[in-house]
Amino acid sequence: MSDAVQAVPASDDIETFDEPALVEGAESEREVAVEVGENLVEVRNLTMKFGGLLALDDVSFDIKRGEILGLIGPNGAGKTTCFNAMTGVYKPTSGDVLLEGVSLKGRKQHKITRMGLARTFQNIRLFGDMTALENVVVGLDARHRTSVPGALLRLPRHVREEASSIDRGMALLEFVGIAQHAEKRARELSYGSQRRLEIARALATDPKLLCLDEPAAGFNPAEKEELMALIRAIREEGYTVLLIEHDMKLVMGVTDRIVVLEFGRKLADDVPKAIRNDPRVIAAYLGEPEDDAA
Amino acid sequence: MSLSSDGPKIMPDAESAREAIETESIAVRRHGPFVHLRERWNELPRQAQWAWLLIVVAIAFALPYLNFFPLTTEPGNDWPIACFSMAVYALVGVGLNIVIGYAGLLDLGYVAFFAVGSYTAAMFTSPDSPLAKIPYLWTLPLAIAITMFFGVLLGVPTLRLRGDYLAIVTLGFGEIVRILATIIPAMNGQVGFQNVGHPPGTDAHGLPVFVVSNGTPWYWLTLAVIIIVLLLAGNLERSRVGRAWVAIREDEDAAEIMGVPTFKYKVWAFAMGAGVGGLSGALFAGQVGFVNNQKFDVQTSILFVAAVVLGGAGNKVGALLGGAIVAYIPVRFTAIADYKYLIFGVVLVLLMIFRSQGLVPAKMRLLAFARRAMHWVPPTEPKSAPESANATEGSAS
Amino acid sequence: MLELVLAAAPIGVAPTDNSWINFDFTALFQNFWSATFDGVTFGAVYGLIAVGYTLVYGVLSLINFAHSEVFIVGAYGVVVTLLTLGFGPNAPTLSPVAIIGDLLLAMIVGMIASALTALLLERIAYRPLRRRNAPRLAFLITAIGASFAIQYTIFLIQGPLGGPSGANAMPSVTMFQQHPVFDVFGTIIYDVQLIIVIAAIVLMIATDLFIRRGRTGRGIRAVAQDPDTATLMGVNRERIIVITFVVGGILAGAAALFYIMLVPSGVIYNGGFILGVKAFAAAVLGGIGNVRGALLGGLLLGVISNYGQILLGDAQWADVVAFVVLVLVLLIRPEGILGQTLGRSRA
Repeated sequence: MSDAVQAVPASDDIETFDEPALVEGAESEREVAVEVGENLVEVRNLTMKFGGLLALDDVSFDIKRGEILGLIGPNGAGKTTCFNAMTGVYKPTSGDVLLEGVSLKGRKQHKITRMGLARTFQNIRLFGDMTALENVVVGLDARHRTSVPGALLRLPRHVREEASSIDRGMALLEFVGIAQHAEKRARELSYGSQRRLEIARALATDPKLLCLDEPAAGFNPAEKEELMALIRAIREEGYTVLLIEHDMKLVMGVTDRIVVLEFGRKLADDVPKAIRNDPRVIAAYLGEPEDDAA
Repeated sequence: MSLSSDGPKIMPDAESAREAIETESIAVRRHGPFVHLRERWNELPRQAQWAWLLIVVAIAFALPYLNFFPLTTEPGNDWPIACFSMAVYALVGVGLNIVIGYAGLLDLGYVAFFAVGSYTAAMFTSPDSPLAKIPYLWTLPLAIAITMFFGVLLGVPTLRLRGDYLAIVTLGFGEIVRILATIIPAMNGQVGFQNVGHPPGTDAHGLPVFVVSNGTPWYWLTLAVIIIVLLLAGNLERSRVGRAWVAIREDEDAAEIMGVPTFKYKVWAFAMGAGVGGLSGALFAGQVGFVNNQKFDVQTSILFVAAVVLGGAGNKVGALLGGAIVAYIPVRFTAIADYKYLIFGVVLVLLMIFRSQGLVPAKMRLLAFARRAMHWVPPTEPKSAPESANATEGSAS
Repeated sequence: MLELVLAAAPIGVAPTDNSWINFDFTALFQNFWSATFDGVTFGAVYGLIAVGYTLVYGVLSLINFAHSEVFIVGAYGVVVTLLTLGFGPNAPTLSPVAIIGDLLLAMIVGMIASALTALLLERIAYRPLRRRNAPRLAFLITAIGASFAIQYTIFLIQGPLGGPSGANAMPSVTMFQQHPVFDVFGTIIYDVQLIIVIAAIVLMIATDLFIRRGRTGRGIRAVAQDPDTATLMGVNRERIIVITFVVGGILAGAAALFYIMLVPSGVIYNGGFILGVKAFAAAVLGGIGNVRGALLGGLLLGVISNYGQILLGDAQWADVVAFVVLVLVLLIRPEGILGQTLGRSRA
């Protein structure tokens, strides 16, 4: 276990990474069952058409509470489209996405976030001019109830929430391992730190489901190991995780279950071991010798 | 500051994305000229900061008496009234900064809110107006309320759309208000409203303190208003509202996905900016004593924008200075007063090309208890040995 | 503030008029058809100017605020040419051929002046920002700064260059007498109106064909739809942008001539401004990014704002009505009547 008192590292280039644990005060304020349980999210017959292009074709799968689900497929399979349709960026042509039984279809994105679905981005979209801590606090604000007049006049609720923001925000930064950069502008952080900051910010919105869009893109193998440890730690804290990734080793190593898409259709939905040996999946990535599939 | 940043870029692949980000993060760590000043300011203890602020405020209040070269204006220009007009423009700058600087919305018709505020003050105090009369000081909150209402009215249809539409709609609105002031008979067109009211108070001779000819009490009143507005703006900056605005300005889509209700906060920014504009207009109407349709043209809106952008959009002190400068220069150098629109038009173009962050770049502090973070330490485990010497402030608070 | 009070005009000796809005329906009914034709004529002019806004918006996603100055520079070109050619107050009567020739010459001068202004604008104000990947806000601020820079340059040099002082309008151009051509529904249509509407429609059709056929037109549509891919496909984006600005400028120059034919007096440094807002409203009404939409929007807006001005009694109500139309369209159907299609129209 890490020491109670952390020395601030001299440089931010080499970051030792202990097994992270979310400190008190930053934990989710909900009662959450940590064991893999019943359905948290149900994707039902999701179809996305862009003009004449059928990007998603009748895709259905479930995400169970407490699991880490991987969403993989060759390029163009529709992973990002599915992701975007689930998180409200696109409006599905037909089909639905249910979070705890409630439909997400057509809802505004900030409402979806309030309902408990958070995401990170494939190309990092931090608020560059804000510090790392401020970025995280924006996520925390999603749960705050201070009104505009309350902020204007510094009413007690505002003061309380601002104070708790600092504690929770720092704890989250600590959890992902970048607490020492709290006061640095997000733009100035190293690539790895920025990726982790994105995750911290998404966690700050207190989601039930955390969707990670290619979180390991651009990482070297050591960083990927650390990321896997972080994802497992996130699950230990009671979050459910949906993961899009290209790196097979990472996906096989960290997920409980994998959904494979190909050409917008669900190809397979099983545990990693089974997926690894599934001939259809192998064919999808490598191609059959006789097939001239485009 | 958003004027020098850009939205999200789509990267061809992860490797080059990483390279680009690493290069940029190194480049950004270079320091600009004002950064040292700001760092030294931030390191001062609270008491020292307040002391310096008090000195600055004292000088500001003394300004009407500091009528000496090289500050002074050319003969024929009344210095206290010039001070007052600088203060009004400074207030306008702070208000417009909420819209342009904090939320990143371009309002090109701000003079409309200024006009509505002026007309409110006039029509509720002038004997020329058929409306019921109220004491002048009450027209100030009334002006704020009415302009905020119009801000919401204008903002709700347009803020759902891209920023460009807001720009042209506000541009049109600025002109429309001026036209309406001309063609609606009840607004008295060019004749206008005379004898606008003023705050109460008489001096030793029984004459009112606030008169058209004496700029100094009006200046002090406006200065007091500015200080209050700055404090309130500061409160907003260091709250979820300010953070929401900066998030919207930096990357609106990402902000929405992080749970920020962007539309609601954009409307608030627009409405609050409008309110401050109305307030400035009401103060202006009081000092000048007379309101008609000649004073609220679209060129003035552009001057307001130039004030904010020149001073440094996103920074309330910068916007304040920008306003003061824009008001001061034509008065100090009357020879170029005719050229002021041309000059500020060119200045805007040059600024965008060469120094979009303006004179005082923005670095807003967005956290109410930022110093707390500096002392934060992860709380100790309940079972581990209590050897943590530093675990005092962070965990206990 | 805007209580809608249906009040008759004050009778008797009323010293101040405290009414807010007066509706005059009878004036509108009596003059309905002439109002319509006038509206269509002005609408054709708005449509021509609107194309400039719509093209630049389609290709660059930018509202070119300074397009109103592109127009007014063209107007100055037309006025100066016509005055030089003798269309002044003491003009000798010219033969119809001479009139047409002179007008064409004035139009060409106007087109060149406008196109040059548009080119300079693109090169000096916008291109440096594109090079720096500046954010949207910067473009808008530059646009308005450039608009004002041009306006006030005109203001300052009008006097020294031989005209009246900048605060005053240029001298009026004496237009030829308008001759009635048709009599429709009891209303006379004049030759000037007919010429303008037909010429405007011809120009718009030419522009529309240019965009829909031909390499350059395809290039414009490609850049409007997806600039990066267009570049990858070999389209020279910079060249397309320049052409877009020039086309907008040429049409604005034509619009300048037509406008002066309708309103021969009052060309002044800031005369482009409210016309620009109206033309932009027309572009939005018809569908921003859509050339046909610009024409449709222009005609509709011309008619509606003309009705408004007659209904409400003062010429400037037309501007208010145009603005209200803009806000309503943005509120109800922001993509306009015909929708945004510059990127999507097929060859």
